[in-house]
Amino acid sequence: MSVDLLVLLVLALIAVGAALGMLFSRNVVYAVLFLVLVMLTLAVLYLILGAPFLALAQVTVYAGAIMVLFLFAVMILGPQKLTETGGPIGWQRPLAFGLTALFLAEVVYAFAAKVGGLGALNCANAGFGSPAAIGHLLFNRYLLPFEVTSVLLLVAAVGAVVLTREE
Amino acid sequence: MVPTNYLLALSAVLFIIGVAGVLVRRNALVIYMAIELMLNAANLAFVAFAAEFGAVDGQIAVFFVMTVAAAEVAVGLAILVTIFRTRQSIDIDALHRLKG
Repeated sequence: MSVDLLVLLVLALIAVGAALGMLFSRNVVYAVLFLVLVMLTLAVLYLILGAPFLALAQVTVYAGAIMVLFLFAVMILGPQKLTETGGPIGWQRPLAFGLTALFLAEVVYAFAAKVGGLGALNCANAGFGSPAAIGHLLFNRYLLPFEVTSVLLLVAAVGAVVLTREE
Repeated sequence: MVPTNYLLALSAVLFIIGVAGVLVRRNALVIYMAIELMLNAANLAFVAFAAEFGAVDGQIAVFFVMTVAAAEVAVGLAILVTIFRTRQSIDIDALHRLKG
């Protein structure tokens, strides 16, 4: 087992463990922090996969801004006295878990059992995921989506202000 | 180097945990976080393929997914906070005003 595979295994275990922690934790703040751990683990994985700009963007934007926004919302909404009973349909929760487990087994078999099915990573050339490389593509081939995304962010900011305005 | 299908398996596992979170949890905030987990799983798949084929386009896609997720979180949390102001609850079993 090569070092890369070992590192991937450790990171995968941490990510899946934190995701399960987010799924099963009763305390919402713990769930938020588990999700932050998942995002940080994925940032390390991006770094290994030759995407340094994306790794730091993930830490800054996703874990640093979006999850902090979630924490703000949790603090605004205060302690929730939810009982997590599964709702008015009693059989929904066990059925959801059963179907999800079945889906999980099927997908993991489909991917992990294909030994040598897909190619290996080859991000060996320097400057692969660097800001220069991303900038070259972003401002040439993907200029229109970039501009549309900036308008989308403006709309989202205005929308958030309008929605929470006191009438 | 790592075969891509292992990374895709990890991405699929995270995605499925997100799906389970949306189906099982009752707190609207936790459902929202499970959706974010699904988006992150898709990002991982993009980055894995970008590394396999040596194309930075996959990373551009992740860039756009992150931006759209940020916009979505801003508006979604604003909606959630507004709902909480009027209904005093974010239990999705209690938010059934649109029911026929």
